[in-house]
Amino acid sequence: MLKIRNLESGYGKIKVLKHVSMHVDPGEIVTIIGANGAGKTTLLSTIAGLVKASSGAAEFKGTNILKTKAAVIPGLGCVMVPEGRQVFATMTVEENLLLGGHPLQKQGKQVMTELLEHQYELFAILRDRKKQLAGTLSGGEQQMLAMGRALMSRPSLVMMDEPSTGLAPLIVKEIFQIIVRLRDEGNTVLLVEQNAKAALGIADRGYVLETGKIIVQGPAEDLLANQDVQRAYLGREKVEEK
Amino acid sequence: MKKLLSILPLLAVVIGVHLLTSATDTMYYLTQMTMSAYYSLLIIGLCVLMGYAGQISLGHAGFFAIGGYLSAALTTRSLIPYQGTTLVSLLDSAGLLLSGHDLYGEALLVVTPWAACIIAVLTAACIAVVIGIPVLKLKGHYLAMATLGFGIIIYRLALAMEYFGEADGISEVPAFVLLPGVSVSGNFSDRVQNYYIAWVLLLIGMVLLLNLIDSRVGRALRGIHGSDEAADAMGVNTARFKLQTFVLSAVFAAIAGVFLTHYNGGIGPSEAGVMKSVRYVAIVAVGGMAHLWGALLMGIVLNFLSLRGIFGSYDDAVFGLILIVIMLFAPNGILSINVRHRLRQLLGRGKQDRAGEV
Repeated sequence: MLKIRNLESGYGKIKVLKHVSMHVDPGEIVTIIGANGAGKTTLLSTIAGLVKASSGAAEFKGTNILKTKAAVIPGLGCVMVPEGRQVFATMTVEENLLLGGHPLQKQGKQVMTELLEHQYELFAILRDRKKQLAGTLSGGEQQMLAMGRALMSRPSLVMMDEPSTGLAPLIVKEIFQIIVRLRDEGNTVLLVEQNAKAALGIADRGYVLETGKIIVQGPAEDLLANQDVQRAYLGREKVEEK
Repeated sequence: MKKLLSILPLLAVVIGVHLLTSATDTMYYLTQMTMSAYYSLLIIGLCVLMGYAGQISLGHAGFFAIGGYLSAALTTRSLIPYQGTTLVSLLDSAGLLLSGHDLYGEALLVVTPWAACIIAVLTAACIAVVIGIPVLKLKGHYLAMATLGFGIIIYRLALAMEYFGEADGISEVPAFVLLPGVSVSGNFSDRVQNYYIAWVLLLIGMVLLLNLIDSRVGRALRGIHGSDEAADAMGVNTARFKLQTFVLSAVFAAIAGVFLTHYNGGIGPSEAGVMKSVRYVAIVAVGGMAHLWGALLMGIVLNFLSLRGIFGSYDDAVFGLILIVIMLFAPNGILSINVRHRLRQLLGRGKQDRAGEV
């Protein structure tokens, strides 16, 4: 689905990503974990076209998307749930969702209504709140809205940037359960997380990003068991207790 | 269709004002109402750009002036010295030229108002595209300054070029015959007719914009207003939508300029002045930024008062003051105060939900 080779990217002269190679296959949850400033968000933003890559290649369903404009990429089926939700605060929940369906809107009202209905089934709370301004939702509800909004374009790949940021642990659990459900319904998810334990707990495979390089990769269980990963990202003592 | 219905009450008010003034023998008010309608046409266009797409422009008087000046110059400046050049003979063979005599009985060859109007509006649109592509990459203060710069350039050009009459502007602009028997002109006999021309034009503009903001495009614009990047990530081509809105509002301004110039029979450099642009921005702010009806209402009321000379020589100062007061006390516009106030009265509670707040 997504194949990245030797990707280099950054802001101006500052190179954040150095020769990153990775791939995502259909139907799996792949997670990228790493500390603050490791380049996780830069990687997603580069794929989404918001940050320009300086070299390397990124193929999405066989086409190179590094030169593609950010606004075109969702139409290809690759959509991002940005960090910190970024819902449109002054628009209602339903308007936010409809905006997420922007690439498909030309297919007509019927399609839009079906998609809306589907999101309301997935996130029941959004139905109750559909006429409410998105800025008045709780953090967890905004996260669900951001996910629903992304799903409105019927993506083949959903990229999520730190969905756990600023949410209560209970809500994080709920969000992660929804991500699993998305996968079970046939979606492909690329999940970037600082909360390594939670992310590896639901992912099929994982990559560990450190200062712009991928240092470890493999099935999620292997990463959970990996000594280095445990020390650096999981808090070793806690793992030993279990 | 719904939008058409929402316009009907306004149409009734328009007719009501006409009947009222004719009954009370105060038909002279219609002159200012006509002018206010044209200025409001510019203002509702600017409202969509500022309030919905979130892009400020301090240069819209420039687009108004491009429309007004070009149509004025083309319909008054004689082309006789250039007769025989390919361009003029091309225009002539297309039937776009009109010959006649000026005040002093000299032969005159000018462009017909219809052709001049189309040329003027198209020119404004092209300039908006050329200016808009680089300028709309800027945000906030920087965008304000860049558009301000554009406005100043147009003002200075109008003042400096002999073709545009320098400080005197252009006068003796002929009537704009829209259809046989229907013409935009300042003749007293055409006052009622012109009142309706202006308002029908404004209502058409209003219906178009109401439809626009309620569509996929409108949602995209509000998304851009919220966050450029997030909208981009949703698949909204932000650069294109911003440019289209900028051009659309410039076209509204240019059309207003063309019509008002024919109605006034002339145009002067003050129409291109920076204070005019500031005034338009102030009126959109008073109306509530993302509130087309508010912008329309305030556009009519404030322009009418200003044109009636209520503010005297403090005219510009009043608009500056309005801008400050609104920003301080009612950043969501005059109408938002009323809504909240009325809600509080209705429910008799101090704490009311923040319905008006955005």
